[in-house]
Amino acid sequence: MADSALHSPPLHTGQEIEFDRAKIRRDMIIRRIGKVGMAFNPIFAYFFLWAPIIILVVFSFNNAETVSVWRGFTTQWYQNIFTNALSAGTESARFSTEIMLTSVGNSLFVALVTTIISTVIGTMVAMSLVRGNFPGKSVMDAVLYLPVVIPEITQAISLAVFFRIVFDFVNNANDGLRAAPGFGTIIIGHVAFCISYVTIVVRARFADMNPRLEEAARDLGANEWRTFWRVTFPLILPGVIAGGLLAFTISLDDFIVTFFVSGIGTTTLPIFVYGLLKTRVPPEINAISTLMLVASTVLVGVSLIMQGRNAGKN
Amino acid sequence: MTQQPYDVELINVIKEFASPRKDGLVRAVDDVSLQISDGEFFALLGPSGCGKTTTLRMIAGFEDTSSGQILIRGNAVQDVPPFHRPVNTVFQDYALFPHMTALQNVMFGLEMEGVSRSEAKQRATEALELVQLPQAADRKPRQLSGGMQQRVALARALVKRPAVLLLDEPLSALDLKLREDMRYELKAMQKTLGITFIFVTHDQEEAMTMADRIAVMDRGKVLQVGTPEEIYETPATMFVADFIGETNFLRGKLVGQEGQYGVIELDSATTMRAMCGENPPAKGVETTVAIRPEKLTLFPVNGQVKYPDGSFDTAEAYRTAILKDPDIEVREGTIRQAVYIGTDTRYVVGIGKDRNMELTVRLQNYGLRSDAFFEKGQAVYVFWDSENARVLTS
Repeated sequence: MADSALHSPPLHTGQEIEFDRAKIRRDMIIRRIGKVGMAFNPIFAYFFLWAPIIILVVFSFNNAETVSVWRGFTTQWYQNIFTNALSAGTESARFSTEIMLTSVGNSLFVALVTTIISTVIGTMVAMSLVRGNFPGKSVMDAVLYLPVVIPEITQAISLAVFFRIVFDFVNNANDGLRAAPGFGTIIIGHVAFCISYVTIVVRARFADMNPRLEEAARDLGANEWRTFWRVTFPLILPGVIAGGLLAFTISLDDFIVTFFVSGIGTTTLPIFVYGLLKTRVPPEINAISTLMLVASTVLVGVSLIMQGRNAGKN
Repeated sequence: MTQQPYDVELINVIKEFASPRKDGLVRAVDDVSLQISDGEFFALLGPSGCGKTTTLRMIAGFEDTSSGQILIRGNAVQDVPPFHRPVNTVFQDYALFPHMTALQNVMFGLEMEGVSRSEAKQRATEALELVQLPQAADRKPRQLSGGMQQRVALARALVKRPAVLLLDEPLSALDLKLREDMRYELKAMQKTLGITFIFVTHDQEEAMTMADRIAVMDRGKVLQVGTPEEIYETPATMFVADFIGETNFLRGKLVGQEGQYGVIELDSATTMRAMCGENPPAKGVETTVAIRPEKLTLFPVNGQVKYPDGSFDTAEAYRTAILKDPDIEVREGTIRQAVYIGTDTRYVVGIGKDRNMELTVRLQNYGLRSDAFFEKGQAVYVFWDSENARVLTS
């Protein structure tokens, strides 16, 4: 049959194999260049990313009024922001520790309420998107990322316009009700975009979860309600916590949306800091910014740890 | 409610899914009717996608039926959610709750029934002892080996004292040695407990070893239901014969009748006899004859045949001797291939006028290998008992 083809191998037994040494040497050099390049690429990128932040942190300890030259270590600026004393040349009318702490309190209040509302709604949406089966599900799935993708300024303006329309409607009704921007509008604005983040994080957790576990619970006699609380919820909890912390961080940091929808007496920390910057950049700004950086980093870090926890399991 | 003869009964059950392209319906389970008696170990056997798992999931209540009825102990259960059905499932991947210990997993079902904590704990501990895992009670599933996880899953289902235990490919995730041990253990456990087991598998050996009865499924239909012996020895269709073990298929035309056998013409010079079953084909119709490789035996055309007592005879004398049995048929052939595979040697023998019809023959290597070994190209006689050849109509 095809015996003749099988019996003529491409190499004769015992035949010597010749290597092209020059070619091998050339390829080894290319490989080495590639290896060095691989190591340097991220260094360049990370430099651009981190240099301004590192400078900010370093200069928050700089013993000089002007932010340009290093004149020794001090914690003066950190002390100032907590002792009501601002560096010379800054109009003290704009700054007081009390106002700053009030704005921090406002920020925390908004972030906390936003987190609770957006985590509950976001988790429910995630569950519907993963487990549910309804018309238009794929469209909703696709639109989920929209608030993350669209420019924040667009979102801020749209919210401002939306509230304007609502307030005009309410205030023109002549029923004695007077509506104005305030914490309500800020929280609604923050919830509006935090839901997306929570849903994305929790949905990933849901999708990782073995649907057989819920079937097993039902098989063993648990109805849907008990299945959720005894099996589903404990297993998605790390995702829910991670999503909540993410929402908290984003709400705490938010400037643009807050700026467009806030009213009188609802100044949050980012808005307050922006107010300080109007005339010049006092060194206390560096200190406040560094503290905000530390707080955010801790929150996001915990969020990442929670997302990673048990992720590889079952 | 009067006592029903069957623990689980499926009556004309159909399950249709929307097709992946959403342009119609796909029938996963096509008009399946089954009767499973109390205390039976019943296997649903078939290739992947044959509808066996969907059938099991409908009994468990995870899937609705499109039409037909499912009765558990005589009660129609189509409208009963899984958590109210007296059945429990051992899942293929065990589906143990990862955030609970083994003991908590086993206790879960009892807590859902409202059993007190202390009683639940006691019964769960007993269940873990039944599966020989009392030492694993406080460990989380990820700290247990696959075999241990499976035992916990078994305990978790059995502690509920179900009327029927459903097992979805229960052994497929275990390694070979453990899988073989577990077969006998599960079988022994089922006989001790007396609970009806319904299990799904694609492994014919597993089904043959464990089950009292097997339903062979393909493309949503049940092709044959019977004991392992019935399924193996008298397969109803070509699919069953092919899926369970190895089979030779020979194409031919029915040309006559000889006693209980139909005579099939394989080529112009070769015929063979075969059992025709209940619906014999009409004369002249193309049919298929099936015969298992281990039912065939070989001896050389030239040379001697050695008897068990050590004496020798010529091949011709041997041939004359065996043909005294009217059920025996002998055909001449040529060895095309010989492969030594340990316990036996697998030969491919060409028979017929042009030696182009292939028969696989398996001979056990019980004697000295040199006694029973044939070489490629050697002329041989193949013989068999005609009772072992069967005409298959579909």
